[in-house]
Amino acid sequence: MPIRIQEKDFDISTEVAALRQGDPRVGAVVSFLGTVRDMNEGSEVQELTLEHYAGMTEKALEEILSQAKSRWDIYQALVIHRIGPLFPEDQIVLVAVTSAHRGEAFAACEFIMDYLKTAAPFWKKENTPEGARWVDARVTDDAAMARWEKK
Amino acid sequence: MKLELKFFASLREALKVSEESISVPTSVKTIAELRKYLADRGSPWAEVLADGKVLRCALNHQMVDASTPLQEGAEVAFFPPVTGG
Repeated sequence: MPIRIQEKDFDISTEVAALRQGDPRVGAVVSFLGTVRDMNEGSEVQELTLEHYAGMTEKALEEILSQAKSRWDIYQALVIHRIGPLFPEDQIVLVAVTSAHRGEAFAACEFIMDYLKTAAPFWKKENTPEGARWVDARVTDDAAMARWEKK
Repeated sequence: MKLELKFFASLREALKVSEESISVPTSVKTIAELRKYLADRGSPWAEVLADGKVLRCALNHQMVDASTPLQEGAEVAFFPPVTGG
């Protein structure tokens, strides 16, 4: 269950190929790619800086992947999250999951992403024409996570 | 009790400190009591750690709630709700 936190960019094709390589049981790969938007809360975003809690981030992501693996029949899961300065259109996060069938892979990928949004210690700071500001957590992210707790 | 404190994102900026080693009196036994103890230092601690502020806390890298007991030598982090992904 690879987890990487890095400043440098990544190539989604290379990562997905590596994740399923040598495993003929895989019949489905679902990946989610998060990217930097140029607008947030009505302001133009010129630059984004991602801060994280080194030491805790890795543990939180391991816990998320371990829960996904215990809930769904998946083979491999990958999370790559970038930190440092990023710009509109840049890639921020990649989650990829392999499974025998698409249902398990879709669900596990969405769960990992929803969980990451509420439990992994990353914070975004935006540069806008009105000045720099920390991004506020969204209530909709908590709601997205709560859906999984009911099941 | 000795603790290693860490602060992140908007808290780190507002407090102008990212980490601190402290020794707290025996009356400070939980996360909530630690928060109150730090808030009592006065400005900017009082404003940043005020009751109404929504904060998250981690004890030895695990997200915990305010009633969680502290442990000798623990790393305690305070930070705003997370916004990654």
